[in-house]
Amino acid sequence: MTSTPAPEPTRQMPDRLQSRLIRAARSWEALLLVVFVLVFAANAFASPYFLNVWNLSDATFNFTEKAMIAFAMALLIIAGEIDLSVASIVALASTAMGLAMTAGADMPMIVAAGIATGVVCGAVNGALVAGMGLPSIVVTIGTMSLFRGLSYIILGDQAFTGYPKSLAFFGQGYVYWVISFELALFAVAALAFYLLLHHTRFGREVYVLGNNATAAQFSGLRVGRLRFTLFLLTGLMSGIAGVCLTSRLGSTRPSIASGMELEVVTMVVLGGVSILGGSGSIIGVVLAAFIMGCVTFGFGLLNVPGIVMSIFLGLLLIGTIALPQLLKGK
Amino acid sequence: MTALLKSREALLALVIVVMTAGIALRFPAFIAPANLANVFNDTAPLMILALGQMMVILTKCIDLSVTATLALTGMAAALLNGAGVPLPLILLAVIALGAALGAINGLLVWKVGIPSIVVTLGTMTIYRGVIFLMTDGKWVNAHEMTAGFKALPRAVFLGLPVMSWIAIALIAIFAVVMSRTAIGRAFYAVGGNPNAAVYIGINVGRTQFIAFALSGALAGLTGYLWVARYAVAYVDVASGFELNVVAACVIGGISIAGGIGSVTGVILGAIFLGIIANALPVVGISPFWQMAISGSAIILAVAFNAAQTRRPSRLILKRAEA
Repeated sequence: MTSTPAPEPTRQMPDRLQSRLIRAARSWEALLLVVFVLVFAANAFASPYFLNVWNLSDATFNFTEKAMIAFAMALLIIAGEIDLSVASIVALASTAMGLAMTAGADMPMIVAAGIATGVVCGAVNGALVAGMGLPSIVVTIGTMSLFRGLSYIILGDQAFTGYPKSLAFFGQGYVYWVISFELALFAVAALAFYLLLHHTRFGREVYVLGNNATAAQFSGLRVGRLRFTLFLLTGLMSGIAGVCLTSRLGSTRPSIASGMELEVVTMVVLGGVSILGGSGSIIGVVLAAFIMGCVTFGFGLLNVPGIVMSIFLGLLLIGTIALPQLLKGK
Repeated sequence: MTALLKSREALLALVIVVMTAGIALRFPAFIAPANLANVFNDTAPLMILALGQMMVILTKCIDLSVTATLALTGMAAALLNGAGVPLPLILLAVIALGAALGAINGLLVWKVGIPSIVVTLGTMTIYRGVIFLMTDGKWVNAHEMTAGFKALPRAVFLGLPVMSWIAIALIAIFAVVMSRTAIGRAFYAVGGNPNAAVYIGINVGRTQFIAFALSGALAGLTGYLWVARYAVAYVDVASGFELNVVAACVIGGISIAGGIGSVTGVILGAIFLGIIANALPVVGISPFWQMAISGSAIILAVAFNAAQTRRPSRLILKRAEA
């Protein structure tokens, strides 16, 4: 999907390797940290209601669900693939929960239905991309339409409401003081994906695959299985996010989470993951999640309508990729 | 003969004929010439947009912002109409505005080197957001549009509405441009083998830029047609329709990897979707099925494309160049 064939970059060895500290200070993550502090400070000045633990705790709901998907999406994008169907998976998972409820299932079964649907959707994407060797962009544009289409077939213009009270914990419950269940889950997921990507063999394989798929195959990596696993993982996280979102909203409409794929991809790219694959980190994605949550919350306090926020989001997405490219110079 | 049978377009045409015949067996009124003309007219916007998308996909890019462009230019047309601007000027303005919006996508791809999927995912929300900023989310309704503004796409000329004639004219133009002109062949060259294209003196980025600008111009024209025909303009006009546009291309045999596809294929792909959309209510299936059907059609088509283009020799490395 890339544009002009760039001339082969000449690889040069620097005279002196930079120290760890300098490299860390000049990294994308450091820049994100600065941006986050600035956004946070600007918000604190702009609104007197911002610096309140409960308000801030509320604000975390702006990004927790998206970030859970973004972690898995980061791995997928680093590996050189993409999944545009995540928002539709959330919708279908939520619809499955509604179906399970109407069938008289109890709370654990409803949750299981949502998560299982996510896994199945991920497996469908994975089978089409890894099994049949189809390009992931078109496949997931197709399944994006298919999965949400299934929700529309099941629900039409109706909605599922009246979920059991016990389900509300996943989206509205608090683990300890101001720490919501979703925030705790976000932290656990962040840690798990951090360890998976940066400290396991699997994580190294993801980078290899994204940097050079041919070399990965020649090195004996099971490329197809790796791709399939990544799609499965993205489906799983979308299913979990679907459970949280359904629990938080307390209802399911077929239009639930529409446009979420854009926010998830923006979060990943803002986090410094190269859209061309091969590089990126989980810490970057976590910081991007904080920044986006903070911006959304700040705009909300200032009564900026949602669609204006989405303009900002679009600019952010293009800007974060364009800026380094332009700064690099010709 | 076998070559014809193997051709993508012939197969798709056969599928369309069989499908239409199947519907006609139960509902003979469906193939009445008047109804078929109706289906064609209904599909005209999809065809026009798909022609634009085809150029973009041929050059290894994708344009997800077409329908946002359509909505923005449509709103601009409605507002200009409200301001008393004469229709010919409005037509020029929407085409220019569409081309400008497409050029923004093209410049970001060409000069900044951002992958087209990211660019258009971003501009898709930005363009729709701009409509909101222009109107504060208000609708422009039928009674706020002049009669002449609404009449043009519906006006009947030689038995067909003007909208159909515009689509037919564009199909004819594109059939010639894509196969008989330097720029048309350049689209194929850029997608087929970018390195070779550079060596024969084609500027890859500039060709992609032109594809985006032309796609935007077509979306701009469609914006007017859409808003005038349905006599309403608002932020979410044609929201999600970009998937149908991509679907028409993929079903029509355009390879998402670039360089492969034909005008005939794209038009057949659009007609395939148009017939399904128009047949569902006739056959008595809820319109809510349409989204899932076009999704499945995209997946089937891309699987079919891959199976067809797979080289006959043994493939040692899949996606070696991906």
